[in-house]
Amino acid sequence: MCAHKSNVMNSKSISDAILVSQYIKGDEPSLSVLIKRHQQRLYSFIYSKVYDRDVTEDVFQDTFIKVIRTLKRGNYNEEGKFLPWVMRIAHNLVIDHFRKNNRMPKFNNSGDFDIFSVLSDGALNAEGELVKSQIVQDIRDLVEELPEEQKTVLVMRMYNDMSFKEISENTGVSINTALGRMRYALINLRKLIETHNIILTN
Amino acid sequence: MAKIYSEKPSNSHTFKPKTETINFLLDYSKALKVSVYKGLKFESVIN
Repeated sequence: MCAHKSNVMNSKSISDAILVSQYIKGDEPSLSVLIKRHQQRLYSFIYSKVYDRDVTEDVFQDTFIKVIRTLKRGNYNEEGKFLPWVMRIAHNLVIDHFRKNNRMPKFNNSGDFDIFSVLSDGALNAEGELVKSQIVQDIRDLVEELPEEQKTVLVMRMYNDMSFKEISENTGVSINTALGRMRYALINLRKLIETHNIILTN
Repeated sequence: MAKIYSEKPSNSHTFKPKTETINFLLDYSKALKVSVYKGLKFESVIN
């Protein structure tokens, strides 16, 4: 008991790592020191992302529930530092919170009206970005399937943004031939997409 | 026009979780027991 008391009294000088290991061994007051030491930084960090007291309180609580469970289960990896680890948990929970809110949008009209909360920037979300990059890759793969002459014209036109005049000069064929190859390249691409049943929409 | 610089910002001391939240976490920690049986970990909350 005495050891516990003196530990807590000298808590300011004890490092996080020692407090964590003491807590894992069953020393409950160490957790209290850890929470008190980092509560303000963690709380401000969460609040800076969610701008809502109640949500901040919830995320803060969930973060430490996760911390407690991980430590008690002995799954804590000592290599990292304690605070960055806790911050990462909080960050992930904030993301979870926004994901949940996206699925069930809630218009909060209680505080000051914030126009930016109802305006979207039109950018793709993470999933949209992923799908887009997949489509771009699929198209690149399809272009590889084309006959060499058609592929050259298509790459020059679409990827290198060259005019048909430049293409004809570079490949040594007439503009009409280059145009024809481009046309066949697109027809063949459509055929490939149809035969492979590829969906290229976001 | 004049700014009162001696006034503290109103939110300077409020960026802290509620005492109830802290107490809940400490109580939860005390109540949570993890037992290991044949390599499996079981959690139980004993109040």
